[in-house]
Amino acid sequence: MKSYTDKIKEIAKRLLKEDKVDIVIGYRKGTVPLMHQPFFATSEGEVDSFVWDSNCGLNLANYITDRKERIGIVATGCNSRNIAVHVVEGKIQRDQLYIIGVPCQGMVDRHKLAAMAEGNIASVEEDEDKGTITISGQGFSKSVDKAEVLQENCSICVHRNPVLCDELVADEVTEQTREQADPYARVREIEAMSPDDKWTYFDDLLSDCIRCYACRNACPLCYCPQCFVDESNPQWVGKSVDPTDIRTFHLLRAYHCAGRCTDCGACVRSCPVGINVRDFTKKLEKDCLELYGWEAGLNTEQRPPLDTYKPEDPEDFIK
Amino acid sequence: MKNLLEHMGVEPERLHFSWISSAESTKFVDVATKVTESVKSLENKEKKFVKTKPKVA
Repeated sequence: MKSYTDKIKEIAKRLLKEDKVDIVIGYRKGTVPLMHQPFFATSEGEVDSFVWDSNCGLNLANYITDRKERIGIVATGCNSRNIAVHVVEGKIQRDQLYIIGVPCQGMVDRHKLAAMAEGNIASVEEDEDKGTITISGQGFSKSVDKAEVLQENCSICVHRNPVLCDELVADEVTEQTREQADPYARVREIEAMSPDDKWTYFDDLLSDCIRCYACRNACPLCYCPQCFVDESNPQWVGKSVDPTDIRTFHLLRAYHCAGRCTDCGACVRSCPVGINVRDFTKKLEKDCLELYGWEAGLNTEQRPPLDTYKPEDPEDFIK
Repeated sequence: MKNLLEHMGVEPERLHFSWISSAESTKFVDVATKVTESVKSLENKEKKFVKTKPKVA
């Protein structure tokens, strides 16, 4: 990934030097392993902090909402789709942006790696040629194939290359076909359950939720100035960790993302207790594809299906 | 919305969507009766999205 990092630095330096942008948004090494932070470089000197490897899982589109500067931004396939969603929804102008496209090879799942480790992970090394990740800490060191520890959304991704960008840092990577990736296998598994089993499945899934709202905060779609969960007059949803309140929060949060979610996985990555929040959003994504032939963020012109009306919209459920 | 609620395990019998004009009183009665019957058929099942034991912090 060094070639990617070098190229990102080179482009960022050039953009800032030629005064094409005011800031460049990318990633820098995080204070804890496996979690790189978003980083805003405003001068050439700061550019050297940028990194690129398999720990850049946060979605940078989250940081451009309503900004007024000219921005250079590092973007993978899913990040670029979220940028397109932002442009469609009027949260940023396309001509403010210089998109540094990164053909993405997937991010590693920090929850999976933490489960494999025999203690706290102190450092992570990536061997690009062998395709392995080595985690180590006090008294242990372990190497695994990167393919085995990819985030689930990355292993089933069919849009690895940026859909919109001004410059690429490397040649495009080969895309998986929908047949190879089978992105909805997990959704189908849940769909096949009985209503009672589904209810129990989601009860178990959410049993650890502490209502920290990390999933909401990491999500580039959640940009409302006041979120429905924070309002108290009227209060839409209870603020406790009562199972009904937790479920209501997740149901509504997911539904706000219907037709807009790009399955970037930032919600799952940021969850401190490892809830697969994507079990909600992936179903909506599947429905949007099946009902409206829609995938979010593939261009900057088309309005999302839930804010347009077409006479042929499916309405079999209305009796 | 219906799909997501069903996906989460809410029984289809509880979910009804209808378009009824203010002039369609008979359709309203009809739909209300059907909804009630269909929900009553689930009498023995756990209630969904109802807070039964509010937790006090």
